[in-house]
Amino acid sequence: MVKLIAQTPCEGQLPMTIGDVTLTEVVIQTAWNVAPFAGKEADVSKALEAQSGVGFPAANRMLTKAGSRSIWVGAGRALVQCDGLPELSGLAAVTEQGDAIAAVRLDGPAAEATLARLVPLDLRVSTFKRGHTARSFVGHMAASVTRVGAEAFEVMVMRSMARTLVHELEEAAKGLAARA
Amino acid sequence: MRLKGKGFPDQQRSVPFTFDGERMTGHAGDTLASALLGNGVRLVGRSFKYHRPRGVYGAGSEEPNALVTIGHGAAADPNVRATVQELYEGLEARSQNRWPSLKTDVMAVNDLLSPFLGAGFYYKTFMWPRSFWEKLYEPFIRRAAGLGALSGDHNEDRYERAFAFCDLLVIGAGPAGLMAALTAARAGVDVILADEDSRMGGRLLSETTEVDGKTGHLWADDVLAELRGMDNVRLMTRTTVFGAYDQGTFGALERVGHHKPRKGDELPRECFWRIVAQRSILCAGALERPIAFPNNDRPGIMSASAVRSFANRYGVVGAPEVAVFANNDDAHRTARDLIAAGVKVSALIDSRDDVEVKVDAPVFTGARVVQTSGRLGLEGLTVEQGGRRHGIKAGVLAMSGGWNPSVHLTCHMNGRPVWDAGIQSFVPRDGAIPGMTVAGAARGRFSTAACLADGAEQGAAAATALGRKNVISPDVPHAEGAAYRHQPLWAVEGRGRKWIDFQNDVHVKDIKLAAQENFRSVEHMKRYTTQGMATDQGKNSNVVALAVLADATGRGIPETGTTTFRPPYSPVAIAALGAGAQGKGFAPQRFTTSHAASIARGAPMIEAGLWYRPSYFPATGEKTWREACDREVQMVRSTVGVCDVSTLGKIDIQGPDAAAFLDFVYTNTMSTLKVGKVRYGLMLREDGYVLDDGTCSRLGEMHFVITTTTAAAALVMRHLDFVAQALRPDLDVQIVSVTEQWAQFGVVGAKSREVLNTILDKPIDDDSMPYMGCADVGVAGVSGRLFRISFSGEHAYEVAVPARFGDSLYRLLVANAEMFGGGPYGMEALNVLRIEKGFITHAEIHGRTTAFDIGMDRMISPKKDCIGKTLARRDGLVDEGREQLVGLKPAGAVKQLTAGAHLFDAGAVATRENDQGYVTSVCYSPTVESYLGLAFLKNGRARHGQTVRLVDHLRGIEALCIVCDPVFFDPEGGRLRG
Amino acid sequence: MRITCPHCGERDRREFTYQGASEIMARPDADAGVSAFADYLHLRDNPAGDTRDMWYHDPCGAWIVVDRNTVTHAVTGSTLAREGRT
Repeated sequence: MVKLIAQTPCEGQLPMTIGDVTLTEVVIQTAWNVAPFAGKEADVSKALEAQSGVGFPAANRMLTKAGSRSIWVGAGRALVQCDGLPELSGLAAVTEQGDAIAAVRLDGPAAEATLARLVPLDLRVSTFKRGHTARSFVGHMAASVTRVGAEAFEVMVMRSMARTLVHELEEAAKGLAARA
Repeated sequence: MRLKGKGFPDQQRSVPFTFDGERMTGHAGDTLASALLGNGVRLVGRSFKYHRPRGVYGAGSEEPNALVTIGHGAAADPNVRATVQELYEGLEARSQNRWPSLKTDVMAVNDLLSPFLGAGFYYKTFMWPRSFWEKLYEPFIRRAAGLGALSGDHNEDRYERAFAFCDLLVIGAGPAGLMAALTAARAGVDVILADEDSRMGGRLLSETTEVDGKTGHLWADDVLAELRGMDNVRLMTRTTVFGAYDQGTFGALERVGHHKPRKGDELPRECFWRIVAQRSILCAGALERPIAFPNNDRPGIMSASAVRSFANRYGVVGAPEVAVFANNDDAHRTARDLIAAGVKVSALIDSRDDVEVKVDAPVFTGARVVQTSGRLGLEGLTVEQGGRRHGIKAGVLAMSGGWNPSVHLTCHMNGRPVWDAGIQSFVPRDGAIPGMTVAGAARGRFSTAACLADGAEQGAAAATALGRKNVISPDVPHAEGAAYRHQPLWAVEGRGRKWIDFQNDVHVKDIKLAAQENFRSVEHMKRYTTQGMATDQGKNSNVVALAVLADATGRGIPETGTTTFRPPYSPVAIAALGAGAQGKGFAPQRFTTSHAASIARGAPMIEAGLWYRPSYFPATGEKTWREACDREVQMVRSTVGVCDVSTLGKIDIQGPDAAAFLDFVYTNTMSTLKVGKVRYGLMLREDGYVLDDGTCSRLGEMHFVITTTTAAAALVMRHLDFVAQALRPDLDVQIVSVTEQWAQFGVVGAKSREVLNTILDKPIDDDSMPYMGCADVGVAGVSGRLFRISFSGEHAYEVAVPARFGDSLYRLLVANAEMFGGGPYGMEALNVLRIEKGFITHAEIHGRTTAFDIGMDRMISPKKDCIGKTLARRDGLVDEGREQLVGLKPAGAVKQLTAGAHLFDAGAVATRENDQGYVTSVCYSPTVESYLGLAFLKNGRARHGQTVRLVDHLRGIEALCIVCDPVFFDPEGGRLRG
Repeated sequence: MRITCPHCGERDRREFTYQGASEIMARPDADAGVSAFADYLHLRDNPAGDTRDMWYHDPCGAWIVVDRNTVTHAVTGSTLAREGRT
């Protein structure tokens, strides 16, 4: 019996360290877009929390608990990363997205400055704190940008753009490193 | 020449450089301008129009004359202001706009012809014959007039862009800016302090005056040290805030690499910052203005403040003997500082009658400079005082006509500055830029003490406005507070040209001529004379020009008005504005999961929007794409082909009202579709034209997945979001793109089911998977989806798996297809297959075609409303005379058809009036063994069988064609059902 | 130019796609006829001053109604199209 082999979106491209920033791929095992139907937001959040530990996040926020995460990804939508398919029938549209996303983590003192070359967002830690997420652009790519630590961010774009994402981050980091 | 003991002590290290190939030595901390002056070089360039010898005029970014080219080859940077270019080891500078050399410039003949070349010369002279303009006049003018030249080579330099955010942006780090930043920062405000200079301090770096008992620049260093130690402060040197835009957005240009020798290629030359600030304080200072007197443009004639900067900051002076000509007290400092540095001041000429001059040099009050001499550099001047003339020897003349506040940024949102009679200049209009206040010399408060106090006050006010409590105004340090005493003097009478705009070679007579020819409006004068239209935007010349125009038209200056300033404050390279978009940064690249496998098979890639798709898969021995394409088409028609179709948009539609929603966006009815079935669908725009087409599959009662064309995927997504949110928020439906989630492959041809059954967990047959069926399936142990749909007319499927398995499944499908005599096929073959069947793409539904045009008007269901339904039935959109989709086959000797060609009646002349339609898609069909075309032809459906004339004017191709049904192959569709 | 997305907050204009006047939300009834639809789709005021138009916040997928001034360029407010204001 043949077996299909899985590849990650940034397969063979990461990790890399340039100056004061390290880029690593965040491998997404399973993830679902959860979009509550009209008036079902509270029920969805409750059911989600019972099943995965994380409820439905507020706009621009990420919730994490014991390996589960739910990240706000747009009007009435959350990306839920947890073990099993959330059972929300009748409550929300649940759509597989675990293969749709390329995710890269930036770590290091230059992480914020690297993203400041690409993302038109106010990423100052005073306004964009850990657990804050934003739908925006990385270069020309629609993206989710999330602060996951004092000097750490996670960036998600469409899977097909993985190579461009790595390229853009690499170029931004190189220009920054060359100033040192 | 260098002045002993002058200039900053930390800037004494010597630095070699070249100018026009000649080796010279400057000091660390020098600009190219100060280094050239230090080497006794006064002649630096030739002027724009008359090729007059010119030298350094200023000491900052306002420099009109000393433009040079730095570097060579593709990396050459033309029109660099020598006063801004910092010196570095090995810098190569070249003068511009001269031939064969700076000292002997042939085009200087223009200067002799100047009586004929005045304002409006081009408008009056180069009028006819019209055909001469492009061939003769323009090339001539362009060669004669100009700045530096681009190399024409591709520039590989790296430019960067970046975004920054702050509570308060302080623009300019002179005394006002430093105090503003310090006051606000101490109150906890998040501050960005930006300054265009390489070193912060503004005029304090160029003056000998004291602040708080210390030399000004040492006080500035102390403040900067405090600011540098604060987390809430960001200091941006070499950063010009060049534009103020809406909602607190500013454009700023940081010079990152220009001041260093090139080492590797990773250091950006410049960074284009977009700074977003809640509030801003403009502390841009002021610029000294010239006085127009005869031949006031010779190398060595400089602004008085620049002479001071060069002496005090850089320790250089352009010549051993210096004269000063001014209408104000401020310029006296130039004389005093020079004398203190041991430089001979041969005369101080003050135009005012009753003025006390405390300078130890020959003083002429109530006097004017009426002439100058020296061909390639100033040698002497003639001073007129009380009707008597005096000859003065001087290699440098420091002139000052007073000061103009740098109001530029306050004009960027249409705020006109206000005339201030007290300083005889314009000051910013209050509130011209929302959230911006102005402090210091930029609003006419010229003394150091006034700047410091104003900065502190505005800094505190900004902090308070930003909601900071208990803002403490710091003690304002003690500094000189002399009043600004001056008397207007714009132009001196006398023989010879009195230059106003040095960069565009505009003089007093030009402006008088404009007034005389009735270009009396300041906007007309500007365009007629080109005053203020050079790269310095009239920073030096505007107010003087206005004053001359006011005088010539018998009006006051405020009545004459002023032109406005627009971004950028100083020139910005296009490369900087486009930073990040060079090369691959231009647009994201989207790759399918089968990309590596396609490349491994040698497939050339073509771009489809952002996607890269294989064009064809060359087999051994094939020399042309056509050979490969023909083979692939025949392969699909005879056995089986595999094609990656993941690029098509896939959208998940779920919710209690999903079916109702789809009925509203598609022309046909989707609510009647059974679970497990697929239907072709057509979407219109509200104006009745076709938006897109695709398939709609029902996966569950409340769950559909639709496909869009590759080209329109994003457009359709936005459209569906619009309908759901703006038009039908009553419908409970959720729309999510799943394009990226699924790798989807077409398995196409008579053997397609056999290939699929090698990998499906449960084999399929016609009953379990009939034509237009869909189902969840196991694909080699992975949960996938299967659709029996066809874009080729063959028995075909599309199989989808989560994208992580895409590469693996593609390789497997291709290998298994090969076992059945098939293989992969690319976009070329896909295109042929669909043309043979008359299937449309965006070549046909290009935004100007209706459902009627493509023969699908019956797909607009009469039983329900949908987007575009009403307007699609407008008379003009269902007129029989419209251009309708037809097929074309060549009938005459010429067999080649071309897309883009137009159609005419067989005997008609191929003119626009006789146009009958146009060709949208063509191919060579190995199946039909003919060229085939899809075209839109007037009343085409009624003209099957007729002969039309195809004319491709562009490529020079003509052919006769038979009009036919657009379905060329298997019109009954028997092959689809297998 | 900066626009506030009711979900995401104030953002650079580059994140938005412009659509046109907000009257587009008041779609006529299905049987209103051709001329009513033509007016709905094409007839627009061209105000010097306050205006209200549709923007799509591409990264988050929200259609919003933005109040702004064509003379001063002030952006004075925004709401979600879903909330049904025209």
